[in-house]
Amino acid sequence: MIKDFIDMGGYGAYIWPSYGVTAVVMIVMLVTSLRGLRENEATLQSLEVSTEDKS
Amino acid sequence: MLHRFANPTRFLRIASVVQPWMAWATVLLGGAGLYLGLFNSPADYQQGNSVRIMYVHVPSAWMAMFCYSSMAIAAAVGLIWKHPLADVAAKATAPIGACFTFLALFTGSLWGKPMWGTWWVWDARLTSMLVLLFLYLGYIALVNAFDDPTRGTRASSILVLVGFINVPIIKFSVDWWNTLHQPASVIKMGGPSIDASMLWPLLLMAVAFTTYYLWVLLIRIRAEIIGNKIRIARLKQVHG
Repeated sequence: MIKDFIDMGGYGAYIWPSYGVTAVVMIVMLVTSLRGLRENEATLQSLEVSTEDKS
Repeated sequence: MLHRFANPTRFLRIASVVQPWMAWATVLLGGAGLYLGLFNSPADYQQGNSVRIMYVHVPSAWMAMFCYSSMAIAAAVGLIWKHPLADVAAKATAPIGACFTFLALFTGSLWGKPMWGTWWVWDARLTSMLVLLFLYLGYIALVNAFDDPTRGTRASSILVLVGFINVPIIKFSVDWWNTLHQPASVIKMGGPSIDASMLWPLLLMAVAFTTYYLWVLLIRIRAEIIGNKIRIARLKQVHG
């Protein structure tokens, strides 16, 4: 049953890499974008703190 | 109307409200699309189960063209009305569109091998899609190549607009040239010629890919706007 599902009538070797790579690319894109946002937010905050210190 | 959303501060406020909705829509619609596509849709009478690659291949290809068209509109708005948020939106879209283009090519290759007997063929549809990938990569390289961000934006916006000629070529390539790639079966005159049991998972995945794009786009635009604030703050530190 499960074996049949994974085998996909002989096309499993083509179907699962398609879905797998799509998932990986989309998740990596999402995670790097979120990380970039967090980094920028942190940088801006530290800059604002340091300019407040000066004035 | 447009100007109300185009104000960066107001945009940031709206974005933080809309973003979780896009996240949930992506997860729920994508989950439903995957369930229907993998468990609850029939195998094709000619292609067997390999037809299931369609549910990731076709939405990726649609989004590749949708993202590029959005970029072209944003680039035009940025060039004509000098609107800073339009340039930011174009820059934020490019990496997402490049990912979708890569996925369309990659999954297409995995579908082509069992169905056509080859991973790749230099036919019009595949070649114009590869050109689209290079347009994305060229744009990304150019927009980041200048020390002065405004000059990079101008040059890269012109590149996007010139490259837009490729989008109708991709769309109509399967009609203009008779090749291995099959012609359109969803977006065409006279309505879709594909059964509802396959159309539903396809449309659910397409909508999920669209909400995913908007989700990541909002994150990247927010990061870009904050990046611009960082640049201004650093200039103030140096000159102040």
